[in-house]
Amino acid sequence: MNELADRNFTVIAVALDSEPGAPDPWIEQAAPTYPALIDRAHLLSTLYGIVNVPTAIWIDEDGRIVRPAEVAGAYEAFRHVDPETRTVPEEHRDRARHHRSTYLDAIRDWAASGPASRHALAPDEIRRRLNPPDPAIAEAHARFRLGQHLRATGNEPEARAQFDEASSLHPESWAIWRQAADKLENGIAGGAAFSARVAALGDRHYYPPPDIDGIAE
Amino acid sequence: MVTVITPTASIEVPTAVVVEDDLWLDAGDLDRVTGYELKPEGFCRDDVCVPVPAGREAEFLRPNGVNLATLWRHLGGAVVHDASAASWSLGDAPADHHARLDALEAPDFTLPDVSGALHSLRDYRGQKVLLAAWASW
Repeated sequence: MNELADRNFTVIAVALDSEPGAPDPWIEQAAPTYPALIDRAHLLSTLYGIVNVPTAIWIDEDGRIVRPAEVAGAYEAFRHVDPETRTVPEEHRDRARHHRSTYLDAIRDWAASGPASRHALAPDEIRRRLNPPDPAIAEAHARFRLGQHLRATGNEPEARAQFDEASSLHPESWAIWRQAADKLENGIAGGAAFSARVAALGDRHYYPPPDIDGIAE
Repeated sequence: MVTVITPTASIEVPTAVVVEDDLWLDAGDLDRVTGYELKPEGFCRDDVCVPVPAGREAEFLRPNGVNLATLWRHLGGAVVHDASAASWSLGDAPADHHARLDALEAPDFTLPDVSGALHSLRDYRGQKVLLAAWASW
């Protein structure tokens, strides 16, 4: 997206990462020319209703929301791994590429055309998508932050209890669940518990597609 | 020592007093933790004042003290704490959301980059912003 810098456009990347240093290698490797910020408390989840990553919000020159939080170009190809070959079939790799390129094209269109872009949502539609504050979700975030504090101060059993309560109050949040989950050696919250939680989605999406051109399903 | 965790900060409050589900702070600490100031018209922040409900003064106020837990619940925010009641966490109060969401205003935030330099969303007024959340996990 660096190509758009001369169009009065910037990316602000924010890592929802509570573990000190965890996002640093990724940022060093990406060497971004735009701000790359770190949000250890997941404040953005509270402010913008983020439940998973990658998620993006479009904000115009006046600081107003143009598109609320939605999946940013990702496709759940990992849910289609062939159990025999343990690879993602070509059809789903194609879809992943299509989701990504369609989303990036939509951003380019908005960067060029602003409010005239067909991807800039009407105010009433934006309000409809901005869910009203939900007391259970607000409590989930409060418990998540309490859990982080307890974990950081060495009280893992109580931290775990707060994280579990947070996830049961806000089950849609993969950000809460994965941040709190045990990590594999590569730092990813994968493994059997993750697979089981994904399987429990059934027909529901891990990455609900945004309604942009051909990628909404 | 009590630590109060808000959506934006963890704040140590040495003089806080815990009585069951109540958390008593002096007025200066209330301001430091929540931005609410105790005034004759009630609890005030950004030109908006929330009166102390008539007949319930003793739940909210005592000499040199205000009950943060009761105030926060009154504002509609979650109040949770650990087993020892040494760490308290406040949920985002719904009133904080309504006005800015109706205006479609993107909530401001201030966060550090890897070098520790702070950036606020409002610093980028005048540009379109793709606010992109990711994570290492």
